[in-house]
Amino acid sequence: MNGSTGWDHGVGRHLLGIEGMGRGDLERILEVTDRFAEIGRRPIPKVPALRGRTVALVFFEDSTRTRLSFETAARRLSADTLTFTAGSSSLSKGESLRDTVEVIRSYGADVLVIRHGMAGTPHRVAQWTDAAVVNAGDGCHEHPTQALLDAYTLREHRGALDGMSIAIVGDILHSRVARSGVLAFSLLGAEVTLVAPTTLLPPSLEGWPVRVSHDLDDIIDSLDACYMLRMQRERHDDGLIPSLREYTADYGLSARRAERLPKDALILHPGPTNPGVEIAAEVAAAERSVILDQVANGVSVRMAVLFLLLGSVPDPDDVAEAN
Amino acid sequence: MAERERRMAPPFGGVFVAHARVMTADDMGRAVRRMAHEIIERNHGIDQLVIVGLQTGGVPIAEHLVAAMEDIEGRRPPLGVLDVALHRDDIGLRPVVPQATTDLPDELDGRIIVLVDDVLFTGRTIRAALDAVCDFGRPRAVELAVMVDRGHRELPIRPDYVGKNLPTRRDEVVDVNAEGVDLGVMRK
Repeated sequence: MNGSTGWDHGVGRHLLGIEGMGRGDLERILEVTDRFAEIGRRPIPKVPALRGRTVALVFFEDSTRTRLSFETAARRLSADTLTFTAGSSSLSKGESLRDTVEVIRSYGADVLVIRHGMAGTPHRVAQWTDAAVVNAGDGCHEHPTQALLDAYTLREHRGALDGMSIAIVGDILHSRVARSGVLAFSLLGAEVTLVAPTTLLPPSLEGWPVRVSHDLDDIIDSLDACYMLRMQRERHDDGLIPSLREYTADYGLSARRAERLPKDALILHPGPTNPGVEIAAEVAAAERSVILDQVANGVSVRMAVLFLLLGSVPDPDDVAEAN
Repeated sequence: MAERERRMAPPFGGVFVAHARVMTADDMGRAVRRMAHEIIERNHGIDQLVIVGLQTGGVPIAEHLVAAMEDIEGRRPPLGVLDVALHRDDIGLRPVVPQATTDLPDELDGRIIVLVDDVLFTGRTIRAALDAVCDFGRPRAVELAVMVDRGHRELPIRPDYVGKNLPTRRDEVVDVNAEGVDLGVMRK
């Protein structure tokens, strides 16, 4: 697991990435997620499981749904939340990351949910603090809770991912969602194909359990799920694509292209969408699009992760082994 | 739920060693039928009732109770199951893993809920159950049926229907299973 002294509860002591996790770990988290989804459907969707615990949301990069869903998840478990956003902090006065982390920790945070533009930041922070650390997106590296909620959404509609053919389409190079998704989906038995122009693929895909295609039309009629990535315009001033229009023509999921998907194929998108760029607005709103399910499941998955990190003590078997 | 979980509680592990069988399966069947009669008598029928088994030990007993009530009245009251793990006050002290499901009937407002558990001990499970039930609605009343009341309450909670009053030492363990009720201790 990610934490050296952690108990094997699916997430270990920290949740830093899908890398290093096994199929059993993922399945365990998804199983527990089922239980928290049930709490979300209650008239009062709140349990006192993490009362008195504090969840710090430490966001050095902008985020709407990840931050809000972690916050909602924490509140549904009756935890308190502390929110740190880079824009309104002493970072502008030159405060170091380490100082920031120590300040937040000294306010009693039991878990730090960290998003940072630099890959590896949560791993570094995990070495500095005795609080649990959750990676909520680090640069172009990983975004494990997104992959978990995507896997949960697919599982919810299909029962299992085994044998599913999933295409991840778009800017793989800059996408932490793609990286975590590839690892999680393939661990759970799906076959993943990356679809992108060469310039938007990482220089080397050695060791990635994927196939690669440069032509979406080539494979679209054999897919069980089509995962459209957001065109990250904020990371795109370097001429990797000739023009957005050309990208849309070749790799966008237009209404016409979506018609070629098999009838029961699902459409996913991590949000926020750029309507008319990587996905047409009417496709995003179509019945087979599970984009809103992804948003709702994000809360349940993050409840499960927070609970497994903070609320549960080790299995007796593990302790017996440790003794 | 209490006893089965307690078996895994700190100091963790150990093996349950029974030293006496205090109820046989037949005894439990008779107790269930008597409690079914008592519940129906006290509530003037089953119209207002919702029977709720507490995960995990209370669920089979609640199922037997509902079946017995159907034998008596010709209809069965609605049956729900409730897991209180996330409402407990000792979360973190024992391995609380939300594996058992919660599934309650939609309409609890104005109904009489009968909580069913296998063993009543400190009362903390029932305290958690009362909290949990209140998140689902506002029942007119909540009653409590247990197969075994073993004493040692830590909260002002009392059962309305009891299968058997069983005086125990605090360190003893009561195990309710399909074959009967056993009294024993945990051995390392």
